[in-house]
Amino acid sequence: MKYVIIGNSAAGIGTVEGIREYDKDGEIVIISDEKYDTYSRPLISYILKGQVTEENMRYRNADFYEKNKVTKMLGKRVASINADKKEVSLESGETVSYDKLMVATGSKPFVPPMTGLDRVAKKFSFMKLDDEKAVKEAVFDGARVLIVGAGLIGLKAAEALEHYNAKMTVVDLANRILPSILDEDASEIMQKHIESKGVKFILNTSVSEFTENTATLANGETVEFDMVILAVGVRPNTELVKDAGGNVGRGIITDNKQLTSLKDVYAAGDCTESYDISIDGNRILAILPNAHNQGVVAGKNMAGKEAYYLNAFPMNAIGFFGLHIITAGSYDGEAMVETDGVNYKKLVVKDKQLKGFILMGKYIERAGIYTSLIREHITADECDYELMMKAPQMMAFNRERRNDKLAGGVGNEN
Amino acid sequence: MSVNYFPAEFEVLRNTDKCIKCRACERQCANEVHFYDADFDKMLTHDDQCVDCQRCVTICPTGALKIHKNPNEFRQNYNYTQQIMTENYRQAGTGAVLLSSMGNPLPYPVYWDKILINASQVTNPSIDPLREPMETKVFLGKKPDKVTFNKDGSVNTKLDPHLELSVPIMFSAMSYGSISKNAHESLARAATELGTYYNTGEGGLHKDFYQYGANTIVQVASGRFGVFKDYLETGAAIEIKMGQGAKPGIGGHLPGAKIREDVSKTRMIPMGTDAISPAPHHDIYSIEDLRQLIYSLKEATEYKKPIIVKIAAVHNVAAIASGIARSGADIIAIDGFRGGTGAAPTRIRDNVGIPIELALASVDQRLRDEGIRNNVSVVVAGSVRSASDAVKAIALGADAIYIATPALLAMGCHLCRSCHGGKCNWGIATQRPDLVKRLNPDVAYKRLVNLVHAWDHEIKEMMGGMGINSIEALRGNRLMLRGIGLTDRELKILGIAHAGE
Amino acid sequence: MKRVYVNEDRCLGCHLCEFYCSFANSGADDMAKAFKLDMAATPRIKVEEGGDINFAVSCRHCSDPSCVNNCITGALSVHDGVIEIDESRCVGCYTCVLSCPYGCIVIDKKNGGKTITKCELCTRNSQGEPACVKGCLNSAIVFEERGED
Repeated sequence: MKYVIIGNSAAGIGTVEGIREYDKDGEIVIISDEKYDTYSRPLISYILKGQVTEENMRYRNADFYEKNKVTKMLGKRVASINADKKEVSLESGETVSYDKLMVATGSKPFVPPMTGLDRVAKKFSFMKLDDEKAVKEAVFDGARVLIVGAGLIGLKAAEALEHYNAKMTVVDLANRILPSILDEDASEIMQKHIESKGVKFILNTSVSEFTENTATLANGETVEFDMVILAVGVRPNTELVKDAGGNVGRGIITDNKQLTSLKDVYAAGDCTESYDISIDGNRILAILPNAHNQGVVAGKNMAGKEAYYLNAFPMNAIGFFGLHIITAGSYDGEAMVETDGVNYKKLVVKDKQLKGFILMGKYIERAGIYTSLIREHITADECDYELMMKAPQMMAFNRERRNDKLAGGVGNEN
Repeated sequence: MSVNYFPAEFEVLRNTDKCIKCRACERQCANEVHFYDADFDKMLTHDDQCVDCQRCVTICPTGALKIHKNPNEFRQNYNYTQQIMTENYRQAGTGAVLLSSMGNPLPYPVYWDKILINASQVTNPSIDPLREPMETKVFLGKKPDKVTFNKDGSVNTKLDPHLELSVPIMFSAMSYGSISKNAHESLARAATELGTYYNTGEGGLHKDFYQYGANTIVQVASGRFGVFKDYLETGAAIEIKMGQGAKPGIGGHLPGAKIREDVSKTRMIPMGTDAISPAPHHDIYSIEDLRQLIYSLKEATEYKKPIIVKIAAVHNVAAIASGIARSGADIIAIDGFRGGTGAAPTRIRDNVGIPIELALASVDQRLRDEGIRNNVSVVVAGSVRSASDAVKAIALGADAIYIATPALLAMGCHLCRSCHGGKCNWGIATQRPDLVKRLNPDVAYKRLVNLVHAWDHEIKEMMGGMGINSIEALRGNRLMLRGIGLTDRELKILGIAHAGE
Repeated sequence: MKRVYVNEDRCLGCHLCEFYCSFANSGADDMAKAFKLDMAATPRIKVEEGGDINFAVSCRHCSDPSCVNNCITGALSVHDGVIEIDESRCVGCYTCVLSCPYGCIVIDKKNGGKTITKCELCTRNSQGEPACVKGCLNSAIVFEERGED
C-alpha cells in the first residue's frame, strides 16, 4: 500500500498518525511546497516575538519521519492529480503514484484587489514560516506597521510586532475586531485591551489606495507606514481536487470519513468543509485541532480501518497581549453573560443545551468541561446547568455520570 | 458573651515558620478552633473551643501544630484544685450536671500496673510461639460438669450454646448512635475477619450490618431500642445490659440531635426524639426477674444462642455475679469503673464503681468457692489497655476480655473525652455526615485487625514465656501473677502473692 | 494502566492533595520551604467542593486524549500512557484547556500563565507514587489499575 500526502502540516501529520495506527509498513510519501519539517503554523507569531525558537516550533519531534517511515518530498509543489491513473504530477515534472491520496493543502491568504498595492515594497502575508522570516528581516525598532485585517492573524502579528516597538495601525472593513469568534461586547473589551498596548484601530473602512509608504482610507484618513501586513482572510486551496473533477464548495467536500468524491482521494484540514453540529450545516472550520483530527480519521480510513469525523464545531483558544479567549460553538440562542468590563463570559443555550460560549480572562479555566457539553450534547436534563453556568465543574453532573466520566476517563473524547 | 471565669483548657501552638496556611486544620476542626485572618495573613485560633483531639496536629502537613495544656495557673491549692474550681465555675455558669465521655481519668490506682507476670527458667521450659503451636482460641458459655463420649469418639454430652473466639478478645458494646455507622462497619468487618465478636450496644443493628450477624453480639438494654425478632435471631449471642462501668446505677440519654434518619430507623424511635435508657430495667427487680428475661430471650431464639448478662463492677459484685450464674445466663460480663462511655455525668463516671481487677478476682473466687464457676464464662471490660493487661486478666480468672477504648484508639480516637458533644473530628462519636465520612472503614477495619493481631502475638509471647501454650492453661492461674507495692488486703482480694514470695 | 482515582464518599475536601502536589512538583526538599520560599508549583489536582460531596480531579490520562490531539505545538505527548507536557514547547494558547472534558489542564499561574501544567502522575519528580495519593488523609485517592484499557 502506498500513501501519498500532499501537505506537511497538522492534517498531513494527523494522516500519518492515523495510518500508522493500523498500517505499520505501508509506504508513506509526504509532498510539501514548504522546505521545512512540519512545524506549528500558529507559532510563527511566537517566533517573531522571540518566545519560541525555530527548534521548538516543531509540531512533531525531529525523528517523526524516520520513526514513522515517511519519505519526505519537501519544497515540491503538486501541479495536478490524476485520479484515474492514481498519480500526482509535480511542477518539477515528476509524477508520484499512489494507492491512497491525502489532500491536505490548507489555505492561502486572500488579498482583495487594492489600488496601488503593487507599489508597496514591504508587504507581507503572515501564515507561513517564510512569511515570518520575511517580516523579521524587514521590521526594525519603531517601524510603522499597517495591518490590514483585524482578525486572528492580523492581531497575532500585532502582538508579535509589539516586541519591536512597532507603531501599529489596524484597518478593517468590519465595525469590530475578531468578528469571527467574538460577539460585540467581547470585541469591545478586546479592542480596548489591545488599544491600551498602543495599537490603533481604524474600523468600518478600507484602504482605497496605496502609495509606497502611505495608505489612503475610504473614510479619507491617511496612514503612513514602513511595512504592511495583509491579513484580510484566507481561502482554501481547493484547486487540485476541483481540477481533477472532485466536488468542491467553499472548501473541498468530503464525507465523514474524509473521502472526497474522487476515488481513493481523501482531504482534511483547512482546505475542506466540515459539518458543524452547532449550526447544523457545512462550513470551513479552519482550526488546527480540527485539521489534525480530520487527518487522523482520514489516515485510519486510508489504512482500511473505518473511522468517522463527527461532532465538529468551531473552537478557538487564543490570547492577545496577555488577554486570553476561549470560544466554541455558535452564539445563536439564549445568552447568559457575566462581565466586569475586563473579564467576560457568555454562555449560549438553545433547546436546553449549551451551543456555544465566549470566555475571556479569568473565566477561561476548565473551559473544556463546557466544550464537552456541546460535543456530547449534554442537556439541562442530564446535569445541573445552574451550577454549571456558574463555573465549569464536574460537580454539576449527577453522581453516576460523574463517576462514569472520572472513573473511565480513558475513552475517545474527540 | 459573658465572661467564663475560667481560661481555655488548651492552647494551640503554631510554628509560623512551618505553617503554610493550607487551612487543612481549619477545614478539619469541627470545633472551629482554627481560622484564617486575611488582615494578618495568618492562621489564628479560638483556643477556648479546642478539646485537644489532636486531629489538626496529626494532619498538619508540615507538623506546624502542637496543643498543650494551657499553662495558666490558678493560685496553688491542694484542696481546691484548678480542675475543681473550673468545674464549679462551669456549673455556676450553666446550672447543669457536668457531662463527660470515655473512661474515668482520675489518678486512682491501676492494679494492672501493680501486677507482674511470671516466666519459666530451667524447669517447665518456656515455649517459642514462633516454633510451637500456641492456642489462643477460647469458647464462651456454660461448661458441662462431665463429658461423655460415644464409641467412635464423638461427644455424647449435650453442649450448651457457646461462642467460639479465635482470640480471647472481643469488641465491647458501643451503640450505633453513640458511634457512627462507619465505626460500626469497621468493628463488624474486623470482628468477622478476626474470628471474634463485636457488640451492637443498645442502639439496635443497622440493616446493612445483618450480614455480619455471625460475629455480632446483640444487646438488649433497659431502653429496648431496636429489639425485635430479626435482631435477636441475627446475633450470635444476646447480651442483657444491666449496668455499665462508666455509669453504674444510671441510665443513658442519647440527645435527639443524634437521632437522625438511620439511627431512628435502627433504634425504632421517632427522628429527633431523645433516646432515654432508664436506669433499671423496669421488669427486673430480682434475680428471678432477670432469669425470666434470660429465658424469654432463649425461648425466642430456640435456645441456640448464649445469653450474656453485663453488669458494672460495684461493691458487692461477687454476690451479684453469683446470682447471675444461677439465673441461667451463659456468660457474665463485668465492666470496671474505668470503662468508657459516649456520655456520662462526670461525678458518676469519676466516683462510682470499683476497679475491674478487684471485681474480677473476687467474682472468680466467689464462683469457684460456690462450685458454679463452670456455669458461666466471665468476660471482663472496663479498661484492659494492652496485651499484658489481657494476660493478667485471664490469669486472674477471665475467660475473655472486651475492649472498646483500644478499638477506638485504633480508629483514631485521641481520648479527648468530648463524645457527648457529637462533633468527633475523627468521625467516630458523631452522626454528622461530613464528620462520619472521615472514618474510612476500609482503613479502620484493617487497623482494628492489626491491633488485635498484635495483641494476640504479644499474648502468645507472654504465655510462651510462662511455659503455657493455651488460654485454657492460663485462665485463673494466679500463680503466674505477683503483686508489687500492694497491701496484704489488696493481695488477698486479688488472690496473688507479693513479688518475691 | 495505573491511574489516580478519587472516591467521593471518602474525600473530605481538605485540599491537602493540592498542597502535596504543589510541594511534590516544587523541587524543594521541605514542604514549608516550598511554600515559604515561593517554590511551590501550581497544583495539578483540584478539589471540587459541594457541601456533603467533595472530590479531587486530576488528569485522567485518556487513551485517546483530546488535549494531545488538539495541541497546536506538539508540547503534549503520551509516554507509557502518561500524558506529559514539554513546557519548552508550550506557548500558553490553552487549546488543551478548551479541549479537556474534565477541566484537568491547569493554567500555570506560577509562571504567569505562560504555559499550562498538568498531572504527570509524579513521574517527573522524585515522589514515586503520586504525592496526592500518599498524602490523602482518608485514603480517598488511590493509584490503581482498573483495567479499562
